[in-house]
Amino acid sequence: MIFQPAIIALLLASLVCVALLVAATPYAIDIVRHWNIASGSEKQLVLERRTYLLSTLLGFIFATQLVALLLFVFNAEKMSAMFVGAMCAVGTLNVNVFGFPALIAQIVVFFLASSWLVVNHLDTRAPDYPLVKVKYVLLLCLLPLLLVSAVLQLRYFLGLKADVITSCCGSLFSEDAKGLGGDAAAAAPLPAMIAFYAALALAAGTAWFYRIKQRGAYLVAPFSAIGFAVGMAGILAFVSLYIYEHPHHHCPFCVLKPDYSYQGYWLYLPLFIATAAGLGVGAIQPFARISSLTAIAPAIARRLATLSAFMWALFAAVASFMIFNSNLVLLEG
Amino acid sequence: MIELKNICKAFNHGRDNEFHALNGIDLHLPAQRVTAFRGPSGSGKTTLLSIVGCLSRPTSGRVRLKDRDISGLPERFLTDIRRQTFGFIFQQFNLIKGLSAIENVMLPAYPLGGDWRALRESAERLLGDLRLSHRREAKVEWLSGGEQQRVAIARALINDPEIVVADEPTANLDTALAMEFMGILEKLSNTGKTVILTSHDPLVVESSIVHRVVDMRDGRIVPPHQ
Amino acid sequence: MKLWIEKQKYLIDFTLSSLARRKAKNVGLLLVYTLIVFLLASVMLFTHALRHEAAHVLDGAPEVVLQRMVAGRHDLIPPGTLERVGRIRGVQKKEGRLWGYYYDPVVKANYTFMAPSNESISSGTLVVGAGLARARGLAVGNAISFRSYSGKLFGFTIARILAQESELVSADLVLMSEDDFRGFFEIAPGYFTDIALSVVNPQEVRNVATKLSLQFPDSRPILRDEILRTYESIFNWREGIVLALASLSILAFAIFAWEKASGLSAEEKREIGILKAIGWETGDVIKMKFWEGALVSLAAFLIGYVAAYLHVFHFSSSLFAPVLKGWAVLYPRFELNPVIDGFQVATLFFFTVFPYAAATLVPIWRAAITDPDSVMRG
Repeated sequence: MIFQPAIIALLLASLVCVALLVAATPYAIDIVRHWNIASGSEKQLVLERRTYLLSTLLGFIFATQLVALLLFVFNAEKMSAMFVGAMCAVGTLNVNVFGFPALIAQIVVFFLASSWLVVNHLDTRAPDYPLVKVKYVLLLCLLPLLLVSAVLQLRYFLGLKADVITSCCGSLFSEDAKGLGGDAAAAAPLPAMIAFYAALALAAGTAWFYRIKQRGAYLVAPFSAIGFAVGMAGILAFVSLYIYEHPHHHCPFCVLKPDYSYQGYWLYLPLFIATAAGLGVGAIQPFARISSLTAIAPAIARRLATLSAFMWALFAAVASFMIFNSNLVLLEG
Repeated sequence: MIELKNICKAFNHGRDNEFHALNGIDLHLPAQRVTAFRGPSGSGKTTLLSIVGCLSRPTSGRVRLKDRDISGLPERFLTDIRRQTFGFIFQQFNLIKGLSAIENVMLPAYPLGGDWRALRESAERLLGDLRLSHRREAKVEWLSGGEQQRVAIARALINDPEIVVADEPTANLDTALAMEFMGILEKLSNTGKTVILTSHDPLVVESSIVHRVVDMRDGRIVPPHQ
Repeated sequence: MKLWIEKQKYLIDFTLSSLARRKAKNVGLLLVYTLIVFLLASVMLFTHALRHEAAHVLDGAPEVVLQRMVAGRHDLIPPGTLERVGRIRGVQKKEGRLWGYYYDPVVKANYTFMAPSNESISSGTLVVGAGLARARGLAVGNAISFRSYSGKLFGFTIARILAQESELVSADLVLMSEDDFRGFFEIAPGYFTDIALSVVNPQEVRNVATKLSLQFPDSRPILRDEILRTYESIFNWREGIVLALASLSILAFAIFAWEKASGLSAEEKREIGILKAIGWETGDVIKMKFWEGALVSLAAFLIGYVAAYLHVFHFSSSLFAPVLKGWAVLYPRFELNPVIDGFQVATLFFFTVFPYAAATLVPIWRAAITDPDSVMRG
């Protein structure tokens, strides 16, 4: 393991998050088992008060995950100087097999926590708290995931050795590399662009359609997930090339570097918000028919769909802006 | 206005020191009336007042406010109803020390997030009505007992509630101030507010302003002893 | 949305006045908090600036340095090697370097003697580092003599004193002409301390190094990237050790914050009870407390960080430089170039605000669930 402030901070953060959630588990189980909104007993009042603690806790974990995600990528970027062959975060993450899984797990936890908070928000709008049990069962499901993410991160950091020769974005995302990243990078620019804009249009379109017609809610979340995947692939396949103005530099991380004036944040911020909001619309749907939620759920879903549609549009606009402003020409004529 | 059915409130449930503050209260409180709960200390009148005022939930029984059942509502919603429907005047005034009179008056409106200027104006108007304009920037601990009482009244009225709830409002006041308070109460009643209070002060319960007195003992309503 | 913002404004407004009303308690917390931020930020800013400095110095260093090894020890490069190296593909420039160490019994310190290739120094004169000049009280034009390892006494005059800018590496430096150097250390012409090679294409560096070790089995190539990596690890490691020690103080701080947050005074408890009675909801109180923590954190962070910045860059880290820097007897006195790094700020934030937030979470909730009717019962 490499002894480094950011690594210690990240490990500390995931440890504290897991510990908090583990400590909260008995309370969550207690709520699932004994919740009875109709009762005015002292037990029920105590349980009700605990829900405040648990939602505050989840909000805290969510915020921590968000910062930790940033710090994790940042850290990978910074440490690249320490590994032979690593020029950016990709190289650092490739030092051992746990790097990318740890990153992906963190992203997954982030989106699940955001969806949970949406469900939580929905639940607290209805006077009978109809989703309390569902919510806390879901919370209990979140725990193993958080644990997996923490363990992956720990394994990754423990396995870091400075003398490892790694391969960086040049080889991982080059056209002849195998695997998903390589496939995305190898995609011809024109079809890739068509797929990119089509996926974004679908994600934004379904969200906007829901906003106007209040129909097709179940489409919003899947298309958001697809939009996220295709959006990432698009950044890999051609958006990054335009930013670097280099026809073979496919990398989703270098865009975050100061060398490219942090342009990546303008891409990732709308992408993550759009996806989280889109997934939130989906997370609400299973509960939209509960009688006390029939009025509230669509209102919240509509707000989220609006946000999602706007963010998809913004993402597409930012990407297009970067492409138009670039001196690189991938598509002739 | 408020309908109570078979209200019970138990404390320390399941333990040795379990006791029932209220035992099956049935009560109807009409709108635009002044009602007083009277009884010795420990009779449950303050507990009843806190249930009526949505400060706490009954262990069992039904509370209906304007034909809406609110007995099972979680705190989040109960609070929402409370701050829009009720204004509270407490025995100890319960003003926040270190804040000015006008800030204390504005406090209940903070969580509503309305326009600041409008809020400040209505606070000034209320203080003006209660002859406190000149003291509005003074810290509350520098005010006299009567002035503190009036700040507390202004605070109870800031969200323009339909119902004013007062717990032993005259317990800390001398006769003159108590008379003044009853005068203010009369004005409130005349403007159409419903007033519910607890008291064992004869000055209050025997006053002509009070439309109805509910006698309580051991957590039950008892027939008037007069 | 507008309503939400208005509401937060009210809550912040109330929080500020509530903080001001309990100055004694909050000033204590703020002080400790600021101190923690200050300590950690100082360590981080300092090591980061050192790292930056080292990288800056290495920028001009050759990509590859070739050293000859005899019995596992660094030895002189024999004549003829330099010519053979030149034939390796990818090597753009090569030069034989002359440098060595000299122990000065007067100040009990080691100097680095060097014959620079890029500037000519006339025989019998020296260019010295500022640290050395300070230690020996030298000025331009002064005479100084060193006794060589063979026992002969050599006299020099000081031609110039090096600028202070990069004193970290040049504090103990003595530059002299090649002839003087060979005379002083008795190194025959044609021999060199090591060979510096510049390789333009960074992707070629490894190939060149491989070829070198094949062609000169008695030598070892040292890559600049490798030195950078080593520096990086050493600095990170030092920083990590200090932070690990500091984590004890962070833990203490977290406990302190927990104490402060849970030990509400009767007055504060009463206040929260009043707020809840007059229509504040549990969530509102939690939000209010959240803002309180955020404001305190922000203040502590800003004050602590600015103080650390001043400490490191304007007062030369006077508090703990010896611990982090010291491996030489001649302490370099130098002003580090201010470097701020967003990543470091984020890490520091994690080390201070995160423990504080985690420690106050439960106490805040406990305070917030005060019964609304408690003021009537009390």
